[in-house]
Amino acid sequence: MKARDATAGATLTRWTVVAPPTLFLVVFFLLPALIVVAASFREPGEFGGLAPWPAHSLDAYRFLFGDVIYVEIFARSFLVAALTTLLCVVLAYPLAWLIAKSPAKRRDLLVLLVILPFASNFLVRIYAWIMILGPAGLLYSPFAVIAGMVYVHLPFMILPLYTNLEKHDPALLEAAQDLGASAWTRFWRVTFPLSLPGIVSGSALVFIPVLGMFAVPELLGGTGDILIGNLIKAQFLEDRDWPLGSAFSIMLTLLVLALAGLTAWAARRGLHGTQAVS
Amino acid sequence: MALLELKNITRRFGSLEAVKDVTLSIAAGEFFTLLGPSGCGKTTILRMLAGFDAPDAGDILLDGVSLAGVPPEKRPLHTVFQSYALFPHMTVAGNVAFPLEMAGRSGDEIKRRVAETLSLVHLTDKAAQFPPELSGGQTQRVALARGLVNQPRLLLLDEPLAAPDANLREETQAALIALQRAVGITFVFVTHSQQEALALSHRIGVMKDGRIEQCDEPDKLYTAPANRFVADFIGKINLIDVEVAASSKVLLTLRAAGLGEIAATDPRPLKPGERGAFALRPELIRIYGHQESADLKNRFAGRVKELLYLGDVTLYKVELANGFVVEALMPNAAPGRAKFHEVGDAVAVCWRHDAGVFLRA
Repeated sequence: MKARDATAGATLTRWTVVAPPTLFLVVFFLLPALIVVAASFREPGEFGGLAPWPAHSLDAYRFLFGDVIYVEIFARSFLVAALTTLLCVVLAYPLAWLIAKSPAKRRDLLVLLVILPFASNFLVRIYAWIMILGPAGLLYSPFAVIAGMVYVHLPFMILPLYTNLEKHDPALLEAAQDLGASAWTRFWRVTFPLSLPGIVSGSALVFIPVLGMFAVPELLGGTGDILIGNLIKAQFLEDRDWPLGSAFSIMLTLLVLALAGLTAWAARRGLHGTQAVS
Repeated sequence: MALLELKNITRRFGSLEAVKDVTLSIAAGEFFTLLGPSGCGKTTILRMLAGFDAPDAGDILLDGVSLAGVPPEKRPLHTVFQSYALFPHMTVAGNVAFPLEMAGRSGDEIKRRVAETLSLVHLTDKAAQFPPELSGGQTQRVALARGLVNQPRLLLLDEPLAAPDANLREETQAALIALQRAVGITFVFVTHSQQEALALSHRIGVMKDGRIEQCDEPDKLYTAPANRFVADFIGKINLIDVEVAASSKVLLTLRAAGLGEIAATDPRPLKPGERGAFALRPELIRIYGHQESADLKNRFAGRVKELLYLGDVTLYKVELANGFVVEALMPNAAPGRAKFHEVGDAVAVCWRHDAGVFLRA
């Protein structure tokens, strides 16, 4: 009997711990998501919002798939996200490596410097880019959008990469050198493959937010630079077509989930053995 | 000509001299061991051989050619690291193939040599597995295979046998000896375990504080240690402070305070009054009952203070008249009897006059 009481007590404890965050996620994440799904099948109201229940239609989806411009915007968004991610990897790798190789005392300071920009307001920092790019004549261009995106998201690539690189056993590089590998080979055969889990987590932290980002293209981009984020925002604020905005949101979510699934599958197949340092 | 020569190697770290004027010569095919307590400089020597560190003075010659300035990746020698340092993202076969790929061997040759080497260490069935999936013993063997596969001139081993299980250790030691004999590659082995060094090596260099105290074959080190440190570090030994009373070609007479005269031999001409230690292995001592007579030159009365019954042998600690506690290892080799003396028994401690060694202070 005692054993069963103990089990019951443990179950109760577990629920007490798990319930609040679960409840939070249900109320503020799952329910709103379901509301968005439902909204995408309703009709827009005359003065914004939604038309009264039970008016419903598939117009939003018909519209979404009916115009090639939306496919273009989706494609451009994925391209911008991919390019941003790639640039972030290229820029973050040497920095993360440098921090990981620094003496332990200096590492904390360097990590602090990486996250220091978060201490100031995001919009203020984007406005600063307007000041920088404006006089150079680069404002309102695809370049400005990519520069802003990379600037904002770089720390999200540096931190997971640093965390990964810092855990590498230096003996592995010595072993590779001892067995005849040059510096270049040591990087490509040992350091890089072992850092792939870090690159994958960093890429997820950059790629997905970039897809939904609307402030950067709105402030730094030109009329031809609008991305999915701007499109969704416009449906809710300027164009007052909530069902279409909801449909765009769902489309984006589905595409991101599909991509995440694909990455996870590829990671399980291709990165075998790297769990040791992930 | 020796395969490897160390000439007056010195390595300083700040004010600390980690390696002091070490000169060594290792022959091709030899299993050579550097033995010493941690911090004695043995690992520093190994790292200088591998090229990860460079001597401040002196030179290292391989096949008569200086290795100075040659980076680790260009040296025809491989290392088995203490942590093994297997690449976790490569299969066992991938790890073993790595040095061959670095040497630019052809695909066919790599395949064949990897298969040969894996079968040599009995790991053919593990070729497709990843290092984190292997047991400790298997990891050890993959590391050995990776070090041997490209047939280096020299294989350096940095305490790679740190297996916690004594049975496994003995098995690995036997396997390592057989392996070294099979491949014929020169091994330079570093360890702090005297048992390991004695069991494996053709020759051992015993190190202390950056210096080689004695360099000799295992049985010579054991029976004729050059000084107090070597005597004490290798195996169990009784060290009795003595001074020379008289010395001749056939007999050396030593005087131990409060004990009397000890009969010994020493070919060296020693001056009366010279101080030192008399070193005597426990297994060369015989303990007899108080009244029993034995025809041995050295006989001292004592009392059993402690005993440790180990089955095949018993370790007796016997206190002599001057308070010195001598350790004696007696085989329990009489049918029906497993113990001969009890704690508190008055006994006679005896040994032959040629059993011990006089060590100069």
